[in-house]
Formats: sequence, C-alpha cells, structure tokens
Amino acid sequence: MRPKRVTFRHRWLPYALIAPQIVITIVFFLWPASQAIYQSVLRQDAFGLRTEFVGMANFERLFSDPLYLESFWTTIAFSALVASLSMGIALILAVMADRVIRTATAYRTLLIWPYAVAPAVAGVLWWFLFNPTIGIAAYAMDALGYDWNHYVKGSDAMALIVIASAWRQVSYNFLFFLAGLQAIPRSLTEAAAIDSAGPLRRFWTIQLPLLSPTVFFLIVVNVVYAFFETFGVVHATTSGGPGQATNILVYKVWRDAFEGLNLGSSAAQSVILMVIVIALTAIQFRYIERRVEY
Amino acid sequence: MVENRPLLTFVQHAVLILGAALFVFPIYLAFVASTHDQVTVARGIPLLPGGEFWNNYSQVLGEGISTAGAPPLSLMLFNSMVMALSITLGKIAISLLSAFAIVYFRFPFRILAFWTIFITLMLPVEVRILPTFEVVASLGMLNSYAGLSIPLIASATATFLFRQFFMTVPDELTEAARIDGAGPMRFFKDILLPLSRTNLAALFVILFIYGWNQYLWPLLVTTDESYYTIVMGIQRMANAGEETPQWHLIMSTAILALLPPVAVIIGMQSLFVRGLVEVEK
Repeated sequence: MRPKRVTFRHRWLPYALIAPQIVITIVFFLWPASQAIYQSVLRQDAFGLRTEFVGMANFERLFSDPLYLESFWTTIAFSALVASLSMGIALILAVMADRVIRTATAYRTLLIWPYAVAPAVAGVLWWFLFNPTIGIAAYAMDALGYDWNHYVKGSDAMALIVIASAWRQVSYNFLFFLAGLQAIPRSLTEAAAIDSAGPLRRFWTIQLPLLSPTVFFLIVVNVVYAFFETFGVVHATTSGGPGQATNILVYKVWRDAFEGLNLGSSAAQSVILMVIVIALTAIQFRYIERRVEY
Repeated sequence: MVENRPLLTFVQHAVLILGAALFVFPIYLAFVASTHDQVTVARGIPLLPGGEFWNNYSQVLGEGISTAGAPPLSLMLFNSMVMALSITLGKIAISLLSAFAIVYFRFPFRILAFWTIFITLMLPVEVRILPTFEVVASLGMLNSYAGLSIPLIASATATFLFRQFFMTVPDELTEAARIDGAGPMRFFKDILLPLSRTNLAALFVILFIYGWNQYLWPLLVTTDESYYTIVMGIQRMANAGEETPQWHLIMSTAILALLPPVAVIIGMQSLFVRGLVEVEK
C-alpha cells in the first residue's frame, strides 16, 4: 500500500501513541507465547521441584500418545462436520434469500441473530433440547426409533456439539454467501435465463463458480472457528466425554494444564496449536492479498 | 427476479421460513421452559409458556442458584457488561491511537511495531492458555475487572481496520490542517475522529458481542464468585454435580445471557453487517 505523502513530525508522540498496544501485546501475547515454546522443551517432575531440558521429547511423546492422536482426529472430524454442515445450510438459505429480493432483508434479520449467541450458551440450549429424559429433540428421535443418549453414546455427543457449534455459525456464513451472491452481476444470470438455463443449472454453472472465493474464505474461517472457538460448547456440555469422544484439541490443552497439571505436555500442545493457527492465518492472508485491490 | 416461477418462489419462501423457524425454535423452547416450575419441566417440556415467568426470573436475578454456587444473575449481568464494555472501548481506543501513529508518522521501528501488533492476530487465547494465566496471576490481576478485560484489548484486527481507513483519508485534509497550524493531536481529534464515526460504530457492535461472549478467559481468571460473568456462569449451573439440573432456572439464565448481544445485533443490524464484513476484509 502506498504510504502517506503528508505526515507529522514529532520526537516522542508516535511512541506514546503506540505504546499501550505494544506493551499489552508484549506482556500478554509475546511473552506467554515464548513461555509456551520454552516450556515445551522442558519436563517438570510431579512436585514441580526439578525441571530438566528434554528437547523434543514432549512432542515425540505426544505423537506416540494414542489419546492425543485420537483427539487430533476427533478435532479434524469435528471441524469438517461443523464447516460442511453450517456452510451447506447457509448456502441453501442464501441462494433462496438472494432470489426473493424484496423480502431478503426481512429474512436476513430472522437469520443473523444466532451469531450473537455465545458458543457456550448455544451448547447449553441444545444440551437441553437433546436431554434424553426431558428434551424434545430426544423425544422426537425416540419416536423415529432411535434411542438418543449423549451421556452414553460417543457419536451422539459428537453430533450434539456439531449441531450446537454449527447452529450459530450458519448466520455468519449466510451473511457472507448472501453478500457474495448479490455481488454477481444480474446480467449474467439473466443472459443464462434467456438461453433457457434453469435455476439449478444457473446455480451450478454461474453462481457457484463465481462464489468460489467466498467458499474458500469461509472454509478457512469455519475451520479456525471449529478448532479454537468451540471450547465453550464442549466445556459447558460434554466435558470431552463420554470417554474421549468429544475431547477436541483446545479442550485437551486446557484439561491437561489445569486438571492434569502436565505442564510440558500442555505447552507442547499449545505450540502445535500455534503452528496450526499460523498456517491457517497465512492461507487466509494469501487469499486476501489476491482478492483485495489497492 | 429473472423469471416468474411461482412454484419455485413458493419453495423458496418455505425453505427460508423453515430455516428461520429452526433458528428460533431452540430459543422459543428455552423461553417456554423458563416460564414453568421445575416439576412441569422435569415431566417433559410443554409447548406453551406457563405462569412462572416472574417467579423464575426474580429468583435467578435476585438470589441466584445457591445449590450450584452461582451468585445472583443481576451481579453476573453487571460483570458481563463491565467486561464487554471495557474490552470494546479499550480495543477501540488503543487501536485508534496505534493506527494513527503507524499511518501518520515516520519513526524508527515503525515496521517492527507494525509486525509486533500483527502477530497478536495469530495467537488466540486458546493456544497460550497456561502461560497467559501465569502472567496475569503474577501481576495480581486474578479476580478483578482489569484481569478480565486488559489482556483481551490488544487487537490486530481493529488496528488494521483503522489503518485501512486512515489510508483512504485524502492527504489534502492533512495539508489543510497543517497550514491552519493544527498539531497532530488536534488533527486527530477534529478531523480523523469525526470521519471515523461509522467505522467506530460498526466496530463497537462487533467487539461488544465478542467481549460479551468471552468464555475461556473469565473461566481462567475468576475463582471468586462475585466476578463471574453470565456466559461462563451458566456452565456452573448446567454441571451442578450430582443434583438434578434445575432446567427452568438454567433456561432463564440462558435467555438473560443471550438477550443483550442479540438485542444489539437486531437493533443495529446494518452496522453489524458492515462491521463484520469490514473486520474480515
């Protein structure tokens, strides 16, 4: 980006202006992050009396730990499910809303507010709806011949946190899909309609290809969301259970640090998560650089 | 509309109404459950609201749920409000200032400062839980409003947003201000701030929701009940150990916890949409 031609000169003012941001960043971001990296190569004994340097041993141990690998796969399955479910529903709704121009804003109001519901609160709401003894959704499942019980069945618990996490994310995806669809020139769809392409054909050959940047962007955002922001959903409802069924990575980091008190392992897990989030952010930025024109 | 297909239009409205219903349904049932007494809810959720609205809400607001170790909700709501507003205003203030410094001044370490801020974007609380907790603990900020909000107010996104916006402000305005003898802070206060008004408002909506919905952070830094926020407090009630959960009260809490941010989104819808799209750009 082109820098400003006209700037101010001052000996100390710019430093004073930027200081609060920099101080907070260093104290609460950079320092803890470097501590996590530092602790990830150390091992403490059970009483915290002795600390020794162990190199990559914490990482090696993690990747040979079946529980950690299981948690990794659980997280990947969970993010894939959340992203595809919330994006799929959002896309259907956005395509529908895009076509009914006159009432699109009215529907938008009805569809965007779940974004304001905190993940933990969304989790508790669905936890209640699917409660095996009093929940109405569990009752409906029972009527369909399925015995729902997320306290016992791992797959049910997983389905529950997927639904709760995706539910609130649909609003977000819907807004971006709708914006993307409305940016497609009407003349394109109209020309295709004159050439007698039906609505479905137009969707596959015109709207979806032109929407692909939005799709790609939303995949990254949704995966980041599912990886890092769903702690509340799991913590407020399943607590990682039953067994290990919903023990996603962010929940495991927290539990190993605060309940297991396994500092080295938790720090190593933090470092792995940092690598993941940096990779995802880098992908996102490469994409944004290509899209935004200065 | 490209063409007239009555059947398709009908299907569309049906799908949209179904979608909207799917969104409203959980909230409606939660509200219904919050207007009945415990016995009725335990028999299975009724579909119509009952008459216990005032009893339930005055109980959770005034007394809390003592068996679950939860303080009165009015206190938790107050804490949430303090946290959300401090995070929002704090983020906006420090981002405005640092973006101003980065765009309108040339100084050594400018690029370094820019990258330092940029890095915070990549480090969500979730990936540095324990060391951040240790820092806050050693600064004596546990169980305080400062501990709840200050560590969260560094924000790369807000800084970027203002930087992008400042770059679009014409240089002529700066020149004119300088010719009239205005110093940098005068220019900031009298020209830049008024120009940023819409951006500020849009960002306020987004950040308020972000701040209100914080969960992991309050969970870490509060052990004293009087600093619980409502979003993290609800979990205490849902997992109240061996006792049967008091669903009618938990649902009253859920309704109260989601009401403020939902009201903000619905009331300031266009600002919210604008803010969301701007922040992600």
